[in-house]
Amino acid sequence: MKISTDTLRLAVPVASLLLLLAGVFYLQPRAMSYNGLNLLFNLAVPIALATIAQMLIMAVNDLDLSMGTFVSFVACVAATYLHDSPLLGTLILLGAIATYAALGVIIYLRNLPSIVVTLGMSFVWAGLAVLILPVPGGTAPEWARAVMISKPPLVPMAIIASAMIAVFAHLLIMRSSLGVLIRGVGGNQRSVQRAGWSIIAARASAYALAASFAVAAGICLVGLTTSADANIALRYTLLSIAGVILGGGEFTGGRISPIGAVIGALTLTLAGSFLSFLRISPDWQIGAQGAILIIVLALRLLLNRLESKGGKP
Amino acid sequence: MKTLLAKPWIWSFIAALSVWLATIAFTGGASTVGLSQAALTFAAFSVLVGIGQMFVITLGPGNIDLSVPATMTLAGTVSLKYMDGQSGLILHGLAIAVGVGVCVGMLNYALIKALRIPPIIATLSMSFIVQSAAIWTNRGLRIKPPQTLADFTTQTSFGIPNIALLALLISAAAWVLLHRTPYGRWIAAIGQSLPAARMAGIAVDGNRFVTYLLCAILAAVCGFLLACFSGGAALNMGSEYLLMSIAVVVIGGTAVAGGNSNVPGIWGASLFMFLVVSMLNTYGLGAGVRLIMTGVIIITVILLAGGRTASIR
Amino acid sequence: MTLPMPPAVLEVVNADVRFGEVHALDGVSLSIHPGECIGLVGHNGAGKSTIVSVINGGLSPQQGEVFSDGMRLAPYGIGVARSRGVRCVFQELSLCPNLSIIENTRIMHRNLGGFGWRKRAAAIIVASLDAIFPDHCIDVGGPVGTLSIAQRQMVEIAMAFSDAGQPPRLVILDEPTSSLDSGLAAQLLAHVRRFVAGGGAVILISHMLNEILETASRIVVMKDGKIVAERGAGGFDHAGLVEAMGSAATHHTAARRSSVASQPTLELTLPKGQPFRAFQGEVVGLAGLGGYGQTRLLLALFDRHSPQWWPLRNPAVTFVAGDRRENGIFDLWSILKNMTAASVGDLSRRGFVQDNAEIARGDEWKARIEIRTPDMNNPILSLSGGNQQKVLFARALSTRAPVVLMDDPMRGVDVGTKHEVYGMIRAEAEAGRTFVWYSTEMEEMQLCDRVYVFREGAIVAELTGDANSEHNILRASFEGEAA
Repeated sequence: MKISTDTLRLAVPVASLLLLLAGVFYLQPRAMSYNGLNLLFNLAVPIALATIAQMLIMAVNDLDLSMGTFVSFVACVAATYLHDSPLLGTLILLGAIATYAALGVIIYLRNLPSIVVTLGMSFVWAGLAVLILPVPGGTAPEWARAVMISKPPLVPMAIIASAMIAVFAHLLIMRSSLGVLIRGVGGNQRSVQRAGWSIIAARASAYALAASFAVAAGICLVGLTTSADANIALRYTLLSIAGVILGGGEFTGGRISPIGAVIGALTLTLAGSFLSFLRISPDWQIGAQGAILIIVLALRLLLNRLESKGGKP
Repeated sequence: MKTLLAKPWIWSFIAALSVWLATIAFTGGASTVGLSQAALTFAAFSVLVGIGQMFVITLGPGNIDLSVPATMTLAGTVSLKYMDGQSGLILHGLAIAVGVGVCVGMLNYALIKALRIPPIIATLSMSFIVQSAAIWTNRGLRIKPPQTLADFTTQTSFGIPNIALLALLISAAAWVLLHRTPYGRWIAAIGQSLPAARMAGIAVDGNRFVTYLLCAILAAVCGFLLACFSGGAALNMGSEYLLMSIAVVVIGGTAVAGGNSNVPGIWGASLFMFLVVSMLNTYGLGAGVRLIMTGVIIITVILLAGGRTASIR
Repeated sequence: MTLPMPPAVLEVVNADVRFGEVHALDGVSLSIHPGECIGLVGHNGAGKSTIVSVINGGLSPQQGEVFSDGMRLAPYGIGVARSRGVRCVFQELSLCPNLSIIENTRIMHRNLGGFGWRKRAAAIIVASLDAIFPDHCIDVGGPVGTLSIAQRQMVEIAMAFSDAGQPPRLVILDEPTSSLDSGLAAQLLAHVRRFVAGGGAVILISHMLNEILETASRIVVMKDGKIVAERGAGGFDHAGLVEAMGSAATHHTAARRSSVASQPTLELTLPKGQPFRAFQGEVVGLAGLGGYGQTRLLLALFDRHSPQWWPLRNPAVTFVAGDRRENGIFDLWSILKNMTAASVGDLSRRGFVQDNAEIARGDEWKARIEIRTPDMNNPILSLSGGNQQKVLFARALSTRAPVVLMDDPMRGVDVGTKHEVYGMIRAEAEAGRTFVWYSTEMEEMQLCDRVYVFREGAIVAELTGDANSEHNILRASFEGEAA
């Protein structure tokens, strides 16, 4: 049976996740239970959604530095408007998605660097979040809460949710025509344009989809934490980028993997717990995330070198 | 007059002046001296990191240093800890701060060159690790700076804050470096077209390496001074300065795509940003509006400037 | 009794294209009928790529019209061309390397959508691959990035011939066998013959003259933007084709020197073919069809002697770029700064750039090489293409490097400028400077002391003295020497 390179690329994130899981269970056997697993991976669900969002942006060769502030903004909206007046809340979130789509088009038309544009937008989302919730507060919508604290039999919610997200994202991005178009734009924009497709429509779709996943992330997060504040998800920017990379995605060229991204998000969430079980001072937890990213990228370089040596004649 | 108006940095100064006038008008001239001195002081810190970021951005698209706040924090923490309040160790403290900058700069470029990691991710990962190092060094104790230094950084000479004078000096040196030395020519060439620069015999790697070093050193020195000014190194002292260092470069008229930078604009933009914040505070508008305004300003500036035309690839 | 010919699948009438100074197409008319395979031959700059771009809709001629099936098509573009059944296989990669072959097929055929499109796309591309290259072992589900160059070429060709409901009527193949081995090439050409016999039309561009002679039903020879010969395949043989591509004997009586030095200044051994050597004071030419190793040699020579980390006090080589936009000019800078870009170190004292020295240098070279501008501080983009190229020359020549590498620098430059620069090159060579000159223009090779002819990435011939002639260069450039 021939193993495709894409499957091989998944090997690294899957292996690291299993290794980490083994490590956690060894250090803390009580984690090997229904509740234990749920607690370990609870927070991974919104992170996984944000990682998929970032992955979609990276699929078209851009980078979103506002992911953290945007998810925080969504969380604030969810805890206030979505709970108090759902119609208005929904409209606000739809407007946010439309804004993202517009950004994707503007970046292309004016040939702007996505880093600086999303940097500027991060201020805007942060400011809006502060306006909505100057102090922590708000209440999560009941339905969001219900989903996130649900206790399905046998397998914890966190695992089921992560699996569903991975499958859905995979079908959407790797199997559908729209997904092919978006990834094609990242791979060879000129060819796609020459074949008659609208790059504007493709990029708008990519950004709109990304924003939709990010909205889902914010709502899930609030469902877990029951209330929100303006800074609740600031670390999601760096986490989402790291998750995509860990999962085998690349910054340019449109090579991404939704399943890998979800596994990457799970791994990063687990890494935090692993480090605290190891009694590594929380001082070094952030540093460890940086180190993980570097190690993964170094391994990737090695793999690429081996791939190109053994590849074409 | 016409040549003055044609300079890319003039608009940041005009904007700063307008906001200054608007704020003075609101308070009826009561706060002129205080406001101006505060503006110069806080702008000085932004200028120091902005200059470093400007040099890196000059190198061309994709070049950015996200490790600035972490470097600031680590340099401030370590040097203050070493000096331990003794005035006799001031020079040693400064040397240590510079040393921190050198190490971070070297590691940044090592990741970029040897591991072929894009600068955004390389510096981002480094910032994690450096931040952890800062947290670990700090251990909660808030060490005060030597009295001489604390006095120097908080006092004025001839009515102008010492910090601003220092920043002006460094700005002048940066201006000379950028416009009158071969190094300045070389990095501007690299930023406009890396292949053309290489074919013109310019030592591309060496110049890029020196630039990342310079940025890290400036960030370290800024952290050193900021820690002395604030009476101690706080762990979040750099958090605002990441986005600020990039924003003042962009708003100051430096080309985001590289190859065309200016130093005066950074001053204009830094003053402008501080004055906008104080104007909004004076008019009673809160943090939320301030953040949104900052973001909108950045995006407007870059939208108007536009990117390099896509035909040049 | 002969049947009337079916209307042309595509016909270009009187196409005229100018790129600045270059007259790429000079009133070219070409019609392609179903059942024809047209072999298009010509040396560099003949106009082959340009006429092909006009045919596939990628380029609009300044003058000229396009007809299909007797109807005039205006406006004409890539989309219109595709709808008339025109497909093109370029030399550069037009697949998305991150997508699988099936997904690339989806991109190429816009109306394949709907449930179950993967099966349909797979069927289409597999059918095409099997028809052209039986026993290929390509897995259409794998990403294109993992395929070898030959396999990618096979896929691109199969895509062009694929039928997703709208069969191709005219397929343009531009050097399609360049990455294929002889077995695959034979399969492709056999398919071309079948396709044409079944009523399709093909335009085949190839430097392998025997391929053209075996496969084409009509051969069109181009030179300098014009069609200089057009006959049925039987009307040409190998020698005749080479003859037709050349021009009437115009011997440039440029003084040629034979080298006196014994030790070469520059030396490089290539993986295949003869080694490269250049002696001091020589003007060495790199000839042969464009894109087959010449630029790579220049870059290898340059990289070997150029600094990456520390600026060299005494640079050993300097480079004149031909692709101005890509690796030549700094578009935000003035003319003066562009000119001095490679000699900033020389113009500095104690770490500071000396303005006076720079201005003086600029004025000196402005006069020497006759850069037409009122002010050297004007932006570089205010200059014409030819003058921009002069600036690049001045940049290289004003350094102290003893070796000058030139990467087809006269492309798109006006005749007047060219002759001015030729004189300068000769003068500098007499003074001891070494030039390595890659050029796609035959007459420039005549100005060289020695010429290396490239074919397929290797040096296949070294021509000196009287042997350095257009005829010999052409013969060595094109494969298929009669055994």
